[in-house]
Parts: sequence; C-alpha cells; structure tokens
Amino acid sequence: MGNWIINHGLTSFILVVWMGINIFLFVWFYLFYDLGDDYYYTRHLLGSALAWARAPAAVLNFNCMLILLPVCRNLLSLLRGSFVCCGRTMRKQLDKNISFHKLVAYMIALMTAVHLIAHLLNVEWYNNSRRGVYDKLSTALSNLEDTDNTTYLNPIRKTDVDAQQSPTYFVFTTIAGLTGIIITLALILIITSSMEVIRRSYFEVFWYTHHLFVIFFIGLLFHGAGFIVRKQLTTDPPHNYTLCKDRIEEWGQIPQCPLPKFGGGPAQTWWWVIGPIILYLCERLLRFIRYMQTVQYRKIVMHPSKVLELQLVRDGFKMDVGQYIFVNCPAISRLEWHPFTMTSAPEEDFFSVHIRSAGDWSDRLIDIMQHLPEGAQGPKMGVDGPFGTASEDVFDYEVSMLVGAGIGITPFASILKSIWYKFKTSNPKLRTRKIYFYWLCRETHAFEWFADLLQVLEREMEERGMGDFLTYKLYLTGWDQSHATHAWVHFDEETDVVTGLKQKTHYGRPMWDKEFEEVSKENPSSVVGTFLCGPAVLGKVLEKKCAKFSDVDPRKTRFYFNKENF
Amino acid sequence: MGKIEWAMWANEQALASGLILLTGGIVGVAGQFRGWQFAAYAIAAGAFVCLLEYPRSKRTKGTSVERTGQYCFTVCVKSFGPLTRNYYVRAFLHAALSVPAGFLLATVLGCVCLGIASIIYLAAAIRGEHWEPILPKKEIVRKPDDSMKNPPQNPPPRPPPETRRKRVDDLEGAAYDNPIPVGE
Repeated sequence: MGNWIINHGLTSFILVVWMGINIFLFVWFYLFYDLGDDYYYTRHLLGSALAWARAPAAVLNFNCMLILLPVCRNLLSLLRGSFVCCGRTMRKQLDKNISFHKLVAYMIALMTAVHLIAHLLNVEWYNNSRRGVYDKLSTALSNLEDTDNTTYLNPIRKTDVDAQQSPTYFVFTTIAGLTGIIITLALILIITSSMEVIRRSYFEVFWYTHHLFVIFFIGLLFHGAGFIVRKQLTTDPPHNYTLCKDRIEEWGQIPQCPLPKFGGGPAQTWWWVIGPIILYLCERLLRFIRYMQTVQYRKIVMHPSKVLELQLVRDGFKMDVGQYIFVNCPAISRLEWHPFTMTSAPEEDFFSVHIRSAGDWSDRLIDIMQHLPEGAQGPKMGVDGPFGTASEDVFDYEVSMLVGAGIGITPFASILKSIWYKFKTSNPKLRTRKIYFYWLCRETHAFEWFADLLQVLEREMEERGMGDFLTYKLYLTGWDQSHATHAWVHFDEETDVVTGLKQKTHYGRPMWDKEFEEVSKENPSSVVGTFLCGPAVLGKVLEKKCAKFSDVDPRKTRFYFNKENF
Repeated sequence: MGKIEWAMWANEQALASGLILLTGGIVGVAGQFRGWQFAAYAIAAGAFVCLLEYPRSKRTKGTSVERTGQYCFTVCVKSFGPLTRNYYVRAFLHAALSVPAGFLLATVLGCVCLGIASIIYLAAAIRGEHWEPILPKKEIVRKPDDSMKNPPQNPPPRPPPETRRKRVDDLEGAAYDNPIPVGE
C-alpha cells in the first residue's frame, strides 16, 4: 500500500483534480444555461439541447487549453529544473506528459461528440421554429426581425432555402458552423492517424497528420464568432417573460411587454487558448534555436551487430543519468527527430548515444557513417534535450538491484558509468556500496557494446581490489540447443563463452525468489532499492517480490521497488 | 515514407466514418429530423461500413494486429472474394455510399469522412495493395519417422566376456582400451 502511494499517489491526485475541474465546469455551465432567466426564451425554442451544447463547450475550452502544454518538452525541462527543491516525485509527474496529453485528447473527442450532437438538435429545432412547426410562442420568437437593434433570437433568418437543406445551408454559411465542421474533420483525421497501430508502424503519417492541429486551433479561435447563442437583453421598460409569454399579440403594445431584445456574446475561447498557443510557439522557436547550435563529433564508433556509437559535444550541454535526447539529421530527413537514451555519464566531457539499426532513419545514418573517411566530422546534427527526470534515486540506496531487460539496459550504461566515476572520486552523493545488476535479453546480438562496458568495469574493479562492488548476471532468455551445446562444451573456461565476462551467462529467466533471497542474505540489515527498465509485467513481478522479501523489522533487509520511466 | 500501407490508415478512417454515419443517423431518426429517411439510410450504410471494415487486413510486411473477435467478420468478408479483396472496389463503394448522406446535416460529417477514407483507399489501390484475411495458422502435425516404429529386436553385437573384462589396476588407462580394435 505504501509502495502504491509512493509510486502512484501524486498521479492519481492530479487526475482527480483534473476530472473534478471538468465535472465542475460541465455542471456549472449546464445549470447556467438551463436555469438562467435570460435564456428562458432560447430554451423555449431549443429545450435542454442548449445546455447540452454549452456545457461540453466549456469543458472543451478547458481541455483545449491543456492539450498543448504537455508537449512543450523544452519548457517542461525548464520547469523541472526550477523545481529542484520540490521533491522528485513531483518532477517525475512531468515524465508522464504524453499520457496526460492522450487523456486530454480523449476528453476532447468525447466532448466534441456531445457538443456536435447537441448542436445538430439545436439547428434542427431552430429550423422547425422558423418554419412555424411549433407553438405560437416559438413562431413569434423566431419571427423577430434582425433590425438595427439586432433583436432577433433565431439565427436562421433565410426561409427561401429548401426546408431540408436549411440546416446545412445555415451551418455552411456561418463562421461558427463552417469552422465547426472544419475543426471536427481535422480532429477526426488526427485521431484516426494516432491510433496505436498506425503510430507504431508509420510514425510519419501520424506526425504529419498531427500537424492538422494548427488548423484545429485557428478554427477554434474563430468558432465562437457570429453571436449565434443569444440571450435576452434588458429592455427599458423590462420585458418579464412570466408575464408576457402568453400575451404574444400584445408585445410592443402594452407597457409591461415591450418587444424582447436578444443579443449574443463575443467569442471567448481565445481567452483560454491564447496562452498555451504562445507557449507552444515559444517551444517550437526554442527547438529551432537548439537545432541551430553546433554539435561537434568527438568520436564515431561502429560496434558489431550494426550499432553506431556517437560521442558528441555541444556548448553548454549538461546532462544527468538516465536522460534522453532527440536527434535530427537534415541530410537524412529535415523533419524527423528521433529520441535516444544517453549512454554516457555526466562526469564525462561529452555525451554519447548508441544507435541500433531499427528502421529507415537509423539504417541511413549507419550507412553514412560507414562511408565517412577516417577522422572526418560526420553530417550536421541537431540535438534537442536533455529530457527526462534524472534517475538520481539510484545513488541514494546502500544496496541497489538494477534490472534491465532488452533495450532497457541503455540507461543503465549511463548509471553504471556514473556510479563508477562517483565511487572512484569518493563522491559523497553516492551512498551505494553494492550493486546487483541483472541483464535479461533474448540474445546479446546488438548489445555487445554493453558487454564491453561491463568488461572494462570488471577489469577496473579487479585492479582496485573491489571485485565485490558490482555483481552482474546475464540471462539469455532466447537460448536454443546450439547455445546449450556450446556452453556445455566450454563450461570449464574462466570467462563466459557468450560475453567474455568473468561471470557466467545464465539461460532462461531468473528465479527471482532465489535472487532476492541471496541479496537478503548478503545484506542483512540494509535498505535495497530495486530499479527496472523493461516490460511492465516484469515490474509487477518485482514489486511483488519486493513486498514479499521486505521485513517489517527495520533492522532487517527492506526492499523498495522504484518504478522508473526511462 | 515508402513503406506505408495506406490501406491501414484508410481502414481506421473508414471504420471511424462508419461510426460517425451511424451516430448521425441515429440522431436524425431519434430526433425525427426533416428528411429522417436519409438518416435511416445513414444508419444502414454506417452499420454496413463498420461490418466491412472491422476485420483488419494482413500486412505484407510485419506483424498484423487483429481487432478483438474479428475472426467471424474475416470469414464473412473473405467469402465475397475479389469484391472485398480489391481496394478499387472499396474506394468506389465508399464514395457511392457517402453521397446520399450529404443531403442531411446530421450525416454530412459522416459523408465527408467516408469520402476521405475512399480517397485513401484509392491511393492504396493505385499502389497495388489488396485485402488479405488474417487466418489462424494451421498446426502441422509431425508424424514420427518410420524408423521409430520398429525398435531393434536384438541387442547389439558384443565381444565374448573374456575380452570385455576391465583392467582394474589402471582404470584411467583402461578407458582407452577398446575390446574390439578400432581404426583399420
């Protein structure tokens, strides 16, 4: 339970607050339009469809304001930097920005649907009133002319259009209607191209179609124009609807019932969205400025299995462990930015990324690098970042269990290197005395560079007589008969046949019960932090084991599971 | 952008359009709109488009992700053969289906969305894509080899017991002693 509150408490709180604001806005504006006196006559023509259209409109205003904010990654980084005082849990929330963006998008989609349906009904009822289908009051209200004093209530003025096409004609000839159709269409296209299937397979379609949001916001700014939603204005003398609603013939002829006057309000959405739009423009400008900064190549290394290591230098670049950057190479594609976790430690005077061959862009990059002459600088690169909350918690625990699965070991390269640097310089920030590292992968193909790193660390530790500092275990979960035979033949050699490391490769998945027991036994009175970068299923398993092997007695071993979002 | 199968996006767009047509139609009929017959048509057309587009096609490259419970729909759609396999047919079908929905405000959005889906399907058809059903792989039953059926009846030939006795004084050396000479 305590673990859940630490890992999920703040997120749940933020979601509850967000949902609460949504519900409040919906109910407030619903009642405003459903009970307000100045909308009595409007409601007579439209019924509750008026309130059903205006309430989601308010929720839409709020959410359209929010949706641009989570994608301003540079501004979020700035925020993160200035919150250093406010505790890591708060800053970790900023890592869930895309999830929040999606949640707000779902709400926008839902509210658009409600808003659209309510307005369809509204237009239909207005049309019917105009044609005299309803009672006398409705017809009288609809007949109010659009004079100099704009006293009309029913926005449908033309009657010489075919009755069935009148709603369509009205929608396509008003600013509100036309912008409404256009932005709903943009929204639908954005949503269909953002479906996970499309996003994971054809990122470009998703990315380029998503830019329709520009049309969405421009349309949204003008959507409220045209004074379509109208309320009763105070006249002198006042027109009391309770008194006058049944005396339609006497309107304008008796002093208690002058002709009622109606008016609409100006567009208000821009109040909500102008701030975030400006912030987003600043964000894009910032990304452009960062892109223009020169990035120098310090070293380009081609590792086996088509893994490219780039060691880069940029003025004023400061990173923390576990952060990631976006890389752009105009020679390959001017508009694509790809994220990579950094594999260098902050103590080094450069930053590095390891790029695997995993698609069009990376293949072309590796190809270009392979054809470079020795010692030459590579193609121009743009680097945006670093982003992500630093994984500093790793340094706080006396004993750490680090679990990396598959590609998830990448941030651990940075962490392990940093821990080793801090250990060598006896950095007081480092409280870690012992590290257990578990590396799970189907095959070591494409991760030989990581094995090399472990080899280097192993050697350095042996030299200093600190062989015990790091214990690592590699689990090959994708072994087959040939692996087994090979291992069996070479089993009495000192170094492992797969990785060349002193510690042997295990086959299959780790038996966590055994591992946790071993850690418990070797560290009888410590607090152990467990960190995972890998699939969520494994996270659940580890969480359970941490709970199982933690002793209530504070003098004995206690395990804390940290759900990291690398 | 060269590896995109446009049909995948067209499929998502068409499914969404079907739902929008359906919703617009229901609103038109339930609200007894003027021209509700067009709305009734939209319900039928929307439902038909949803049923047609629900089963995803198998991708030419990469793993195909099925929609939940799409197998029965796959079988139905497959049974129409070239009519459902060919994307030109789908493009024109969607274009034709969308036209009547344009005559009523409640369904006009569905009309435009379906029109867009039709255009994307046309692009897919021009690029030579076609619909493939995702069918479960049939398990290949491996029959055991014939030699497994007839185990040997007799024990292997052995030399007589005198030559088989081991040299107990030098066990290590005895390991290399073969009772029957090997080699030439």
